Amino acid sequence: MYGNAYIENNGQENKLTANEDPQKLAAFEARIAAGDKIEPHDWMPAEYRKQLIRMIEQHAHSEIIGSLPEGTWITRAPGFRRKLALMAKVQDEVGHAQLLYSAAETLGKSREDMINDLINGKSKYSNVFNYPAVTWADSAVIAWLIDAGAIVNQLANSKGSYGPYVRALDRICAEESFHLKYGHDNVVFLATGTPKQREMVQDALNRWWEPIMHFFGPSDKMSVHTEVLMRWKVKMGTNDEMRQTFLDMYVPKIWDLGLTLPDTELKKNEETGKWEYTEPNWDVFKQVINGNGPCNKERLAVRRMAEEKGRWVRRALLQKDAQYVAPLS
Amino acid sequence: MKIESLDPRINRAALDADSQDGILQEMDHFQTYEVFEQKKRGTHHVHVGSVHAPNSELAMMFAKEQYTRRGACVNLWVVKTSEIFVTQYEDSDIFENTASKLHRDPNSYKVMDRIKAFKERQKNNA
Repeated sequence: MYGNAYIENNGQENKLTANEDPQKLAAFEARIAAGDKIEPHDWMPAEYRKQLIRMIEQHAHSEIIGSLPEGTWITRAPGFRRKLALMAKVQDEVGHAQLLYSAAETLGKSREDMINDLINGKSKYSNVFNYPAVTWADSAVIAWLIDAGAIVNQLANSKGSYGPYVRALDRICAEESFHLKYGHDNVVFLATGTPKQREMVQDALNRWWEPIMHFFGPSDKMSVHTEVLMRWKVKMGTNDEMRQTFLDMYVPKIWDLGLTLPDTELKKNEETGKWEYTEPNWDVFKQVINGNGPCNKERLAVRRMAEEKGRWVRRALLQKDAQYVAPLS
Repeated sequence: MKIESLDPRINRAALDADSQDGILQEMDHFQTYEVFEQKKRGTHHVHVGSVHAPNSELAMMFAKEQYTRRGACVNLWVVKTSEIFVTQYEDSDIFENTASKLHRDPNSYKVMDRIKAFKERQKNNA
C-alpha cells in the first residue's frame, strides 16, 4: 500500500547527468524508450539509481508500517472470517515489504541500512500510516480506499523501467486485488447495516478523507527533474493524475452507498472531465511526514522493538561463514 | 516517554519513545537465497525471487510463505545467491551466433530432391 514517491524537485537536467558518459546515457535512454527493462547490473545514471532506491525503499517501508494500523484490529475483528481475512491481508503487506526490499537491494543498498534509515526517521513512508485506526470502520476504509489508492499507483509503476521493481509490483498488484474486495465488502456491510453501523463508517470516512487526498502527494512542480524521471520511467504519472484516476474510480462508488465526503467543493467538472476539490491542507501533510503525526512515534517504536527483541535469535542463528550477496533480480 | 496507543498490546509492551536501540549491523538480516518454484509436475522450476535466511531450512520455510501463499505449487528449490554463477548483460555478445542458422533448420535438409534425382538417373540408366 503506497502513494506516490516523495521526490525532491531540484537540479537542472545538465547537472543531473553531467558526469555521465554521453554514449552510455544515450544507449540507456534508447533502451527505455524502446520499452525494454533495465536489469540490476546494467549501466545506469547515478540519479536513476538514487531515485529508484529512494522510491522502492519508501514503498517497502510503507508496506511494513502500513500493516500496523490494520494489525491493531486482528484481535478484535468482528467474526472469524473477517479475522482470517485480515490476518491474510496483513501477512500479504509484510510479504510485499520483503519483495520490495529485495528489489531495492539489487541497486546496492542493504536491507539493514534501509531498516536503520526507517527506524532513525531518515527514510519516509506513506503519510497515511501515521494516523490511528480508531474503530473497526477505519480498518474497513483503509482496506478499501487506501488499498485502492495504492493499486492506482502500483499499476502505473508496474509499467516502469526497472525490471526487479516491475516484477515485484506484478506480484503485489495480483495479491492486492483481494484486499480491495475485502475492504469494499466491509464498507458495504456497515453502510447497508443499522443506523449505528452507518454512522461508524461515515465517521471513519470523514476522518480518512484528508489523509486519502494527501496520499498521492502535493501537485508536482513540472520541473526538469520530474521530466527526466518520467522519461526514464521512474515516475509514471504526476501526483495529480493519480489523484484524478482515484477520484474517478471511487467517489461515485462512495456516493452510491449514500455516504458523503467532507468536502462540499468536491465535484466532477463535466467540461474538463476533471474533479474539483478543496485543496487539502499541505502544511498538515508536511508536519505529519516530518514526524509530528498522531502515530509516527508509535509506528517507529514498534518497528524498533521488532528488531531489538528478535536480535538474540538472529544472532544465535547467524553462521560464521555466511556471505551476503545482493539478490540476483 | 512511554508510547501510548489505542492498541492495548502496544501499551502492554511499554515501549520507550526515546529508545536508541534496535540499530542493525551488517548481516543481521542474513544472506540471501534465490527461490525456484515448480507450479505443476512436468513443468520447469522457475525463478520467482529471493529471501533472506540464516540457513537452507529457514530459507525454504520463508520461501514457502512468501511465494506459495497463492496458487498452485508442487515443488520448491532454494539456493544461496552466492553459489549462483551468472553472466553479465554487458557481455551479452557471447550469445551472438552466425547470421545464418540454416544448418539448425530441419527444412534446410532437402534429401527428397536428391533421392528423386538419384531414382531418375537410375531409371534412365536401366
